[in-house]
Amino acid sequence: MTPHFLTRSLDRSASIFILVVAGLGVLIPLSNLLLPAGSMFQVPTYLVALFGKYACYAILALSIDLIWGYCGILSLGHGAFFALGGYAMGMYLMRQIGSRGVYGNPVLPDFMVFLNYPSLPWYWYGFDMFWFAALMVLVVPGLLAFCFGWLAFRSRVTGVYLSIITQAMTYALLLAFFRNDFGFGGNNGLTDFKDILGFNVQADGTRAALFLLSCLALIITFLICRAVVTSKLGKVLIAIRDAESRTRFLGYRVESYKLFVFTLSACMAGVAGALYVPQVGIINPGEFAPGNSIEAVIWVAVGGRGTLVGAALGAVVVNYAKTVFTSGPLAPYWLFMLGALFILVTLLLPKGIIGTFNAWWEGRKARQVAANAESAAREDGIGEPRAAE
Amino acid sequence: MSVMEGRTTSALLYLDGVHVSFDGFHAINNLSLTLEPGEMRAIIGPNGAGKTTMMDIITGKTKPDEGTVLFDGMTDLTRLDETRIAELGIGRKFQKPTVFESQTIEDNLLLALNVDHSVKGTLFWRGSRDEAERIDRVLETIRLTDARYRLAGSLSHGQKQWLEIGMLLAQDPKLLLVDEPVAGMTDVETHQTAELLKEINKEKTVMVVEHDMTFVRELGVKVTCLHEGTVLAEGTIDQVSSNERVIEVYLGR
Ligand SMILES: Nc1ncnc2c1ncn2[C@@H]1O[C@H](COP(=O)(O)OP(=O)(O)OP(=O)(O)O)[C@@H](O)[C@H]1O
Ligand SMILES: [Mg+2]
Repeated sequence: MTPHFLTRSLDRSASIFILVVAGLGVLIPLSNLLLPAGSMFQVPTYLVALFGKYACYAILALSIDLIWGYCGILSLGHGAFFALGGYAMGMYLMRQIGSRGVYGNPVLPDFMVFLNYPSLPWYWYGFDMFWFAALMVLVVPGLLAFCFGWLAFRSRVTGVYLSIITQAMTYALLLAFFRNDFGFGGNNGLTDFKDILGFNVQADGTRAALFLLSCLALIITFLICRAVVTSKLGKVLIAIRDAESRTRFLGYRVESYKLFVFTLSACMAGVAGALYVPQVGIINPGEFAPGNSIEAVIWVAVGGRGTLVGAALGAVVVNYAKTVFTSGPLAPYWLFMLGALFILVTLLLPKGIIGTFNAWWEGRKARQVAANAESAAREDGIGEPRAAE
Repeated sequence: MSVMEGRTTSALLYLDGVHVSFDGFHAINNLSLTLEPGEMRAIIGPNGAGKTTMMDIITGKTKPDEGTVLFDGMTDLTRLDETRIAELGIGRKFQKPTVFESQTIEDNLLLALNVDHSVKGTLFWRGSRDEAERIDRVLETIRLTDARYRLAGSLSHGQKQWLEIGMLLAQDPKLLLVDEPVAGMTDVETHQTAELLKEINKEKTVMVVEHDMTFVRELGVKVTCLHEGTVLAEGTIDQVSSNERVIEVYLGR
């Protein structure tokens, strides 16, 4: 990647976004670690973990916006890629427990001892090494997305049908991961993590570092998305979104383009899941629930589809609302509120928060230019002859 | 195998005995037609005659049930998909103007240019002087230079038709299929479009579908009249329009 490749993609809103995320990524951990506990400006550790979660959700939202906002692929199963990335990280964290588990088995995680596994299943090999797990965080979601996309896009499955089969995919994985004999801890999932790369996952320092890393991953994901959508490939994606068959008649192999962004997007979702797991301390099959994927699509719709910044913002805003509501007396009604929010946004702000703001901003600029031109014309006296006509 | 042993015809486009039916409705019936290299052909016919469907077959959108469709005497188009056929050098303007509405005029033309269309090629694409000049030339030809940064969706119907013709020019195909190019145009624009197509025809083979008889007359080329998916008459505009069967299908509707 040449520098040109990156700089071209930076406009004002993108720069602001990066500065804000980088600023928060540094300031929040500093305030948490350096200021005395209880001070007004000290961010407590539980909030650091919560904000870290939001950053991961924002990455997931970006990955959805890349395919939905720019290429018109509405995936209602992106939570599956997120969860797979999470499981890959969870497997590494499980193996780090070593003999500190309840049963003290140096190789087998507790649930395997409990379920009488004679030995480690082959697909757990290698997860004791961080680099391998990190690779799998990208490879497993990416490979699944590639195979799924290869079949779906080549057979030209589009629109609602594609959305339905992505739901079916995440639902099938949900059922599989619930099974005890599937080898991933059944409905309890993977938990009781001890440390990551030798650092205690519960320690303030580790949490602060994970938060910083999540912000960094968010910035990198954002830069990759920007680079993609501002390249000529981005124009092709929009062309596919707006007039797929026209794009084919121009000689573009539409299925290759879809496969490329879908796979890239799944890898990003996997990274989000991998950063999420050590911060929340657990990964279980619930993450595959179809509802999770739908919720993530709502974040993007609320923030503004096809704007990237909006997707990330939507993830944070909706999840903040969720945190507030589900910890109060209104908790049982959260899903209704989410549904209502989605309907309201669709009806009142079809472009989402950022999309609406952008439209307003552009309109204001255009009006200003027109007004300037008019006053300039009046000063030059150009306005007079017209009136005389 | 999509490439046959040796050439079987000198025609650039060769259709023979083509049949297509949609749920038992025969839209194309034993259609045979040839276009010589460098020729311009006007296709007329009442609504539902199968003109658009014929273009769908040539461009790979619809697969015929029976019959031969050869491009350049060698390539069997019935076995290829839309992308492959576009790559071979067949460009198409749609009946309902189809441009990329949320992108600028310039970007519409950029997307149409026949350069590397691979994922890798477009991801790492950097504009070249040559490409910029080609776009400038097309913009001038279709008289949209001043509108280059406007969104295609903001154009009038007639301008969209021109933009789509411009996209065909940028695509630089060997064969242009132009479906109803002057629908929604004023008389002046219609005349300009006829001039433009004649200009294009100096280098390329063109097939134009049009209902506007003044326009077809202005083109002054061989005319084929389709009816119920088959060729009813072929010849000069005067021959075809005085053909009794043609008069019958046009008046008998
Ligand atoms: N995909 C399809 N499924 C079913 N019927 C179709 C399909 N495509 C075309 N037809 C039918 O085939 C017939 C020929 O249609 P076509 O669009 O080719 O006509 P046309 O000559 O282009 O007419 P017009 O002048 O109105 O554009 C019509 O009766 C149409 O309804
Ligand atoms: Mg038609």
